[in-house]
Amino acid sequence: MDIFLQQLINGITLGSVYALVALGYTMVYGIIGLINFAHGEVVMIGAMVSLSVIMALLGAHAPLPSVVIILAGLIVAIVVCMAIAYAMEKVAYRPLRKAPRLAPLITAIGMSIILQNVALIIWGRNYLTFPTLIQPTTHNILGASMTDLQMLIVVLAGVLMAGLVFVVQRTRLGMAMRATAQNPQVAGLMGIDINVVISAAFVIGAALAAVAGLMVMTYYGIAHYYMGFLLGLKAFTAAVLGGIGNLAGAMLGGILLGIIEALGAGYIGDVSNICGFPFLSDSLQEQCAASDGQISMFGSNYQDVFAFFVLILVLIFRPSGLLGERVSERA
Amino acid sequence: MSAGNGKGIPVRVWAGVALIAIALAILPFVAAFAGQAWVRILNFAMVYIMLALGLNIVVGFAGLLDLGYIAFYAVGAYVYALLASPHFNLHLPFWIILPLGAGLACIFGVLLGAPTLKLRGDYLAIVTLGFGEIIRIFLNNLNAPVNVTNGPQGVNLVDPFRIGSFSFAKAEVVGGVYLSGPQKYYYMLLLLTLGVIVVNLRLQNSRLGRAWEAIREDEVAAKAMGINTRNVKLLAFAMGASFGGIAGGIFSATQQFVSPESFGLFESIIVLSMVVLGGMGNIPGVVLGAILLTLLPEFLRYTMEPLQNAVFGRVLLDAETVRLLVFGIALVAIMLYRPAGLWPSAVRKRELEVAKTSDA
Repeated sequence: MDIFLQQLINGITLGSVYALVALGYTMVYGIIGLINFAHGEVVMIGAMVSLSVIMALLGAHAPLPSVVIILAGLIVAIVVCMAIAYAMEKVAYRPLRKAPRLAPLITAIGMSIILQNVALIIWGRNYLTFPTLIQPTTHNILGASMTDLQMLIVVLAGVLMAGLVFVVQRTRLGMAMRATAQNPQVAGLMGIDINVVISAAFVIGAALAAVAGLMVMTYYGIAHYYMGFLLGLKAFTAAVLGGIGNLAGAMLGGILLGIIEALGAGYIGDVSNICGFPFLSDSLQEQCAASDGQISMFGSNYQDVFAFFVLILVLIFRPSGLLGERVSERA
Repeated sequence: MSAGNGKGIPVRVWAGVALIAIALAILPFVAAFAGQAWVRILNFAMVYIMLALGLNIVVGFAGLLDLGYIAFYAVGAYVYALLASPHFNLHLPFWIILPLGAGLACIFGVLLGAPTLKLRGDYLAIVTLGFGEIIRIFLNNLNAPVNVTNGPQGVNLVDPFRIGSFSFAKAEVVGGVYLSGPQKYYYMLLLLTLGVIVVNLRLQNSRLGRAWEAIREDEVAAKAMGINTRNVKLLAFAMGASFGGIAGGIFSATQQFVSPESFGLFESIIVLSMVVLGGMGNIPGVVLGAILLTLLPEFLRYTMEPLQNAVFGRVLLDAETVRLLVFGIALVAIMLYRPAGLWPSAVRKRELEVAKTSDA
C-alpha cells in the first residue's frame, strides 16, 4: 500500500510539471492549430538558463539567501524563454500561417534541432548537476514520504494553472484569445489584433515552460541539453490525453499521465514477472530459483514507453481526448 | 513512358545516359584515389538514397509526415543482424533475409498506420515519433531476461553479403581488376539503388501514385473522386516501410555491426531533411538531397576542424554539432524561402508560379 501511495505522490509531482508544459502546447494548438514541436526545447532552455544564473550568483559569492538566488535564476529564465518563443513565432511560424499544415510542422522540427544544438554548443554535452541550495525536509504521509520540494512543485503548479485560467476566463486578453481560437477572421473583424494574441499565447506558454524547466531540474537534480525532447513529447501526450486545445484537459492529462507513468514503473516488474509462467526454459527456471522467483520481462527501464502507449491508445479509442471536442479529419 | 522503344528517343539522350553510366562505373576507382573511406561514403550515400526515396513515398507522394521512419530501418537492420550473425548462430543468405526484413517492416508499418491514419496529419507525426522511440527503447532493453537484441552493445560480426563463395567483404582480383570490399558493394548497391529509383518512378506515374498525389493535395476531394483514402494511405505507409526495411538490411551487412544508437530520432530527422531539401515528391530532387546531405558532413569533417585549428588553435565546434545545426537551419530556411525544395517537381513549380502571379 505504501508503495502505491509513494508512487502516487511521485506521479502527481511529475504530473504537475507535465501539466505546465502541456498548457503551452494546448494554448498554441487551440489558437492556430500548430503542434509547437520546439516547446520541449524551451523547457530545456529555461532549465539551463536558470542553472547558469544560479551558478554565476553562487560563484560570485553574492551575500543573498538561497531563495533569492533561485528566484533570480527563475526570472531570468522566464524572460529568456519568452523572448525565444516570441522570436520563434515571428521568424518560423508567422510567415507560414497560411501554408499547408506540413510546412510549419517541419519548421517547428527545425527550430527544435536548432535550439538543441545551440544549447549543446553553449552548455556542452555533459549532464549538469543542480546544487542543493536548500536541504529538503521529508514529511511522512500515511507511510509514504513527500519532500518540501515535491509539495512546492505541486502547489506552485496549481497556483500558476489557476492564474492562467483566470487570465483566459476573466481578462480582455483571455477573451481575445478565446475569440481567436473560435474564428480568427471574425475575431480580426471585431478589432482584435490576432498577431498580438498569437504572440501572447506563445509567450505565456514559454513562461510556464521556464518554470517547469526549473522544477524538473531541481526535482531530478540534473539538466542536460537533450532533456527537452522526451519531456516535450510526454507533455504533448498529456495534452492529447486531456483533449488538445482544452486548458482543463491539459491539466488533467498531465496529472493523469504522471500517475500512469509512476504507477506503471512501480508495478511493471511484478506484472511482467515470468516465473509463474508454466513453460519456461531450464536456464530461465534456474534464474528464477536464484532470484526468489523475481524475473521480470520488463523492468522500470521501460518507464518512457508508457507515455507513447497511452498516446496511441488515446488516439485509437478517444482521439478527442478526455475533455476535448471531436477532432475532425482535416479542418 | 516509352521504355524499350528506342526510336522515339534522340541520340543525344542515349549519349547522355551512356556518359552517366560510364561515370558511375568508374566513380569508385576515382574515389579510391582519395582513400577507401570515400568509397564507403559513396555506399552510404546510396543507402541514404534508398531510405530517402522510401520516406519520399510517405511524405512526398502521400503528404503524411512520418517522424519515426528510422524505426523501419531499424527493424530491417536487426532482422538481418539476428538472422545472419553468431548471436543466434544463424547464417541465412541475404536473399532470404532482405525480403523478410522488408516484410516485417511492412507489417510494422501497417500496425502503426492502421489506428493513426484516420487522424489529422500532425497527430500522425507525433505518433510515428513515439513509435520510433518505442522501437529504440525495446532494442536497447530486450537483452534481459531473454537476450534477444543484445541490448546497448548491439550485434557484432554480422555476415556480409555472400553469393556462394563470392563474399562482398573481401578484396580480390575479379577478371584482372583489383576490387576492394567497398568497391564490390558499390556495384551491388548501384544496381539496387537504380532498381529502387525505377520502381519509384513507375509508382509515381501509376494509378496509385496519382491517388497519393490527390490525397496530398485535398483529401476530401480525393475521397469524393472514389479513392479509398484509408487503404491508399496505408499502402503508402507499408511501401515506405518496406523500402526502409531493405535499406536497413543493407546497412547491417555493409557495417557488419548494428546497435540501437544508430536508430535515434536524429537519423529520422536527417532522412526527412534529405527529402525536404531536395524537393518533396520529386525523385531526382530527393536523390540530390540524399547525396548532398551525406557528403556535406564529410566535407565539414575535413574542412571545419582543420580550419578551426588554424584560426583558433583548437576545435571549438565539432563537425557533428555543426551538421545537426545546419540541418535544423536548412529545414527552417527551405520551408520559408523554397518550400518546394532545391529541385522541385514540375507540378509543384507550376503551382508556385500560379500562386505568385495570382498574388500580384
